[in-house]
Amino acid sequence: MPMSDTDDTTPITLYRLQACPFCERVVRKLSAYDLPYTSRFVEPMHSDRNAVKRISGARTVPAIVDENTGVTMSESGNIVEYLDKTYGGAD
Amino acid sequence: MELDFDIIELPDSDHPTTGDTAPDFTRPLVTDDYWEDVSLSSLLDDDPLLLVCYPMDGAFPATYIWNELRDRDFEGSYQLSIVGLSISTPYEHTTFIEERGIDAPLFSDPGNEVAEQYDIANDLDGMTGIAEPRPAVFLIDTDQTVQYAWVAGEWPAFPPYDQLEDALATHCEMKPLGQ
Repeated sequence: MPMSDTDDTTPITLYRLQACPFCERVVRKLSAYDLPYTSRFVEPMHSDRNAVKRISGARTVPAIVDENTGVTMSESGNIVEYLDKTYGGAD
Repeated sequence: MELDFDIIELPDSDHPTTGDTAPDFTRPLVTDDYWEDVSLSSLLDDDPLLLVCYPMDGAFPATYIWNELRDRDFEGSYQLSIVGLSISTPYEHTTFIEERGIDAPLFSDPGNEVAEQYDIANDLDGMTGIAEPRPAVFLIDTDQTVQYAWVAGEWPAFPPYDQLEDALATHCEMKPLGQ
């Protein structure tokens, strides 16, 4: 999606839980593509994760919000696939 | 608090005072939803900011200070934001916010470097290896200038709330009635 500042992408927001391996999987992919991102750490207690529920409809992490494409998504497998397709160059 | 004995005096400090630029820092800022790295300067876009440095979550002064701030509801009367800063971890802040019904977001600085940056570090007697900020409040304008500062000169101490409110009345706009 074109942006007013073409040199820059808006950092992807990553909702994550400290030490969650599925979240680290996404971090590794974000780093591999050198994508700017901001981390929002949520609570271990599933029932307390209302911030994630508000943005994605579910309380699971990881979840990302990518304002560059308007995409919000959960589940690390989906996210990694999305990042590969969107930022990984060749499909 | 009237006591018939002397309490501990803290040494002079070279903390920022009125007219100084508040040193910028970035630390995890904890709300009841999540925490993320936030810089002090990024909180100055709209309104003056009251930075409240307080003893670690769980210490009774922490509860007293935030109870008093809640009762006075400065944000209800004046155009300003309030943030806290202590050495407690984000997890402790989350619990503190929830249990004490705190509306303000809280910076987490377990390494106490912000207190060192502001020259308000307080080495805690009997807790080897732990230092925290002295109780302190800084009213910081949108151009990052300190408009009012109070730093504890003795221990324990609590912010002079009436004097603080006078400073807010001087430097912050009143909120329109009915909001």
